Amino acid sequence: MPYIPHTQTDTADMLKTIGVNAIEDLFSAVPDSIFLKNDFKLPPGLSEQDVKRVVTTMANKNKTYQASFLGGGMYHHHIPAQVHHLAMRSEFYTAYTPYQPEISQGILQSIFEYQTMMTRLTALDATNASMYDGATATAEAAFMLADITQKNIILVASNVNPQYRAVLQTYCIAKGLTLQTVPFDQASGRVDINQLEVLLTDAVAGLFIQSPNFFGVVEDVKYLSGKLHAKNKLIGQIITEALSLGILTPPGDNGVDLAVGEGQSFGLPVSAGGPGFGFLATTQKYLRKLPGRIVGQTEDNQGRRAYVLTLQAREQHIRREKASSNICSNQALCALHSVIYLASLGKKLRELALLNHQHSLYFQKALIAKKWPRTFSAPFFNEFVVKTSNNAAVIQKLAEHNIAAGIDLGRLYPELKDHLLICVTELISQDDMENYENNI
Amino acid sequence: MSEHKIQNDLYYNKDHEWVKIVGNEATVGISDYAQQLLTDVVFVELPDIGKIVKQFERACVVESVKSVSDVYAPVGGIVAAVNKALETTPEAVNTDPYGAGWIYKLSGVNAAETSNLMDAPAYKTFLDQDKAK
Amino acid sequence: MKTIFEKTVPGRSAVQLPSLIANDIEIENSQQRGELNLPEVSELDIVRHYTALSKRAFGVDDGFYPLGSCTMKYNPKINEDMSGLSGFSNAHPWDQTKNIQGVLEVIYRTQEYLKEVTGFTGVTLQPTAGAHGELTAVMMMQAYYRSHGDAKRNVILIPDSAHGTNPATANMCGFKTVTVPSDKDGYVDLAKLDEALNDSVVGLMLTIPNTVGLFDKNILDIAKKLHDNGSLLYMDGANLNAILGLVKPADMGVDLMHINLHKTFSTPHGGGGPGGGFVGCVSALTPYLPADQVMKNGADYQLTADTANSIGRVRSFYSNFGVIVRALTYMLRLGKTGTERVGRYAVLNANYVKARLHEHFDVPFQAHCMHEVVFNDTKQQAYHVTTMDIAKRLLDFGYHPPTIYFPLIVPGALMIEPTENESKETLDEFCDVMINIAKEAQENPSLLQSAPQLTPVGRVDSVKAARQPIIKYGA
Repeated sequence: MPYIPHTQTDTADMLKTIGVNAIEDLFSAVPDSIFLKNDFKLPPGLSEQDVKRVVTTMANKNKTYQASFLGGGMYHHHIPAQVHHLAMRSEFYTAYTPYQPEISQGILQSIFEYQTMMTRLTALDATNASMYDGATATAEAAFMLADITQKNIILVASNVNPQYRAVLQTYCIAKGLTLQTVPFDQASGRVDINQLEVLLTDAVAGLFIQSPNFFGVVEDVKYLSGKLHAKNKLIGQIITEALSLGILTPPGDNGVDLAVGEGQSFGLPVSAGGPGFGFLATTQKYLRKLPGRIVGQTEDNQGRRAYVLTLQAREQHIRREKASSNICSNQALCALHSVIYLASLGKKLRELALLNHQHSLYFQKALIAKKWPRTFSAPFFNEFVVKTSNNAAVIQKLAEHNIAAGIDLGRLYPELKDHLLICVTELISQDDMENYENNI
Repeated sequence: MSEHKIQNDLYYNKDHEWVKIVGNEATVGISDYAQQLLTDVVFVELPDIGKIVKQFERACVVESVKSVSDVYAPVGGIVAAVNKALETTPEAVNTDPYGAGWIYKLSGVNAAETSNLMDAPAYKTFLDQDKAK
Repeated sequence: MKTIFEKTVPGRSAVQLPSLIANDIEIENSQQRGELNLPEVSELDIVRHYTALSKRAFGVDDGFYPLGSCTMKYNPKINEDMSGLSGFSNAHPWDQTKNIQGVLEVIYRTQEYLKEVTGFTGVTLQPTAGAHGELTAVMMMQAYYRSHGDAKRNVILIPDSAHGTNPATANMCGFKTVTVPSDKDGYVDLAKLDEALNDSVVGLMLTIPNTVGLFDKNILDIAKKLHDNGSLLYMDGANLNAILGLVKPADMGVDLMHINLHKTFSTPHGGGGPGGGFVGCVSALTPYLPADQVMKNGADYQLTADTANSIGRVRSFYSNFGVIVRALTYMLRLGKTGTERVGRYAVLNANYVKARLHEHFDVPFQAHCMHEVVFNDTKQQAYHVTTMDIAKRLLDFGYHPPTIYFPLIVPGALMIEPTENESKETLDEFCDVMINIAKEAQENPSLLQSAPQLTPVGRVDSVKAARQPIIKYGA
């Protein structure tokens, strides 16, 4: 029997010590009408060998591509080999949350290092130990905005990832906040400033923009921060492609109050969308408003440097119904992958980010020769939008050559029918680009 | 728990806040009993100046390592001052709850509201009953 | 131990990047940042650093982990191999569904297994953790009443023994929490429940078995009272391990529940996640399930479009997919017989620990416990020894302590959940150590009060950490 070691002798001895005749006697409190009443219609258990066969068959039913140009919130990047080997050491992955600091210094220190790297990358003062994903982190950030300002309208740009906007909507409806969408400018691909002006009413808590946005376009975050702060409102920057933090002006330097997003690019495979992790960073002023776990540095009773989960009074297990968030488990192991990734890339993260940009710009220009004009004028990071002859046909043809062509934006933005969102990371080689071009 | 001190010239409410009223101004803090229950105070979320509170409404929050407690207004009024020193030394609430550990001051206070509170002897009786439970 | 930042040597690096094939840049200088303040270390430095950190961690693979309410069961290695298959790790969620049929099949088959063991007809695996599942469920309850024109229901009943996530979840949806006291035996006080029921109550959030490790024999009455009141019964499924394969939650009158895949279904805790959540519900609540449900249509797996009454998306993309692969692998290994043994042996193990320790540590509740047993420090208080001291002394013997000071209704609670994977030998060794600690408490209490002595660090100053938070290096 898998994983249960008890022999008949063990069981008999244990029952004798307890003082009952059968295991079922221990369930005497369970009403007869519901106990052991079911013939569970489950297949027989499989051996490891058979499980492997069954599950591998499922894995093989997913199409494998020679080259994937899909982005849109999850990104194919090279993961240095040491990331997986180190993060998947069983002391890390079979451990519980480090509530007993004396035997968890390794985990606590890794989270402390993660917090350090994320605050440096975002140029903000405080961050938590991770959240479920970028979308739920954004929703919790919206709750923060509402709580800080005591206002109940949240603005979000329509060029923010549609999945993120959907999650924001769900959370806002539950909490009783109103979500309003600010359109994007069709020419530049950036948020429409004029429309934003109109929507910046008194009851607005703040605005979420994404940069680089869903179209890959870099917003003028500094300008937007100025605009929001002039009206005493808060601004949150969403980042779904964490690698962009390597090259673009960090959120803190652009004056944002919150930076929130998805960390999957830092050392985690795409894996059909999860697990990744959400990050949420803010200024010192709002440190105590952050949901989630936070690790702090302190000393032990011998004066040695030590780490501990701190500011726990904010969290659900202490604050209970007054807690602003119910978050308990986060995505700790995923954040661990990212800290090892970031330690591995180090200062070269900037070079890698720049390479992503340069290669995607190069490919975008090459596609002009194929009569696929660029849709948006504003600069992009590593994703861009082009107009094709017919998205469905293009995607189909390229798939036959094992190329994932890009995301059909017509599915998500009716005004962008036959516009294709293409992502070029360091995994795309020059051959991959030529194959793509040759099969249009 | 060690013997808890009760200061004589103050009024107390059942949530263990104390208030000292002079004219129509009041100073508010938490009692020695309360600070012992909380253990080490790590943070005081001071109320905003100008905030209007009615008697027994929540005014602000005190955090210790293991718990979070609401601090209520023993009498109604407008927050006129807050003890900014608590931002850097929140432990004053523990070491000197009736003195340097004061939390906020109210103006526009109606002294008649103390009829809804306990004086020092009444608070002592209240605590003895609580202990006996 | 130094942080990785303190190991920086300028010029060192751990990676080589591919060559550039182009030089043009269109991001203006004003939009670019300068040099990054990240470590400069070699690959070997990194490997040694994080290996050293791993040796200052303690997982199920290291030893017995009796954390009550956490279900720290063994994390099978085949699960890890399966979730790492490249057909899964390279799948992209924006790809067309016809190209990711394997992904959808994994989710679908996991859903089907969970439907069978819970008895629910509506399911979702979109939530990313238990608390996320709780939130999804409470949002569904909210949507249910709103769509029935009953938006004035704004109260959620929660027992005083509940996990903190329950009231926090209610608060996130704008609900008021009304606490229902437990009776002296740790069960829901039925008289107090009656008093609390009125037409503003959405429902009761109930952990079954409850958080003191007992099965409430009044469960069918409780469900009836709620339904007669027009309210819903939500089950916090954190303790499902006790009744897996023995009782179907839907048979108890539960309307919806959440499950923690990282508890009951063996996916690893990861030092704090990633977890996996699940919500199952009766048919009346299925219209409200989160969007993008995985269905089967003939031989094809599909994602449904947003249904009219769905609460919408609760996370990006489909789920914590990698976690679901692990759970499904476990479910396939267990099969019918394996599933039917989980609850039996989890409960046997906990009662064995209770039988071996009840003369040494006070047990507040006499009934047979379920998969976890709660003790307290009443006996040890005579020697000025607390639950905290006992827990810290266990560290000196190489054990992860049990859950302490939860649930709140048991002062000094010490909650032990062995899980079904532990052998009699392991339990005996642990109980022997606990009995020894009880003896130490009596004869030499300072050993406990000064514990731990043998760990890399001693008790830490949490007060200092909270008063002057230092949450990054070089702050």
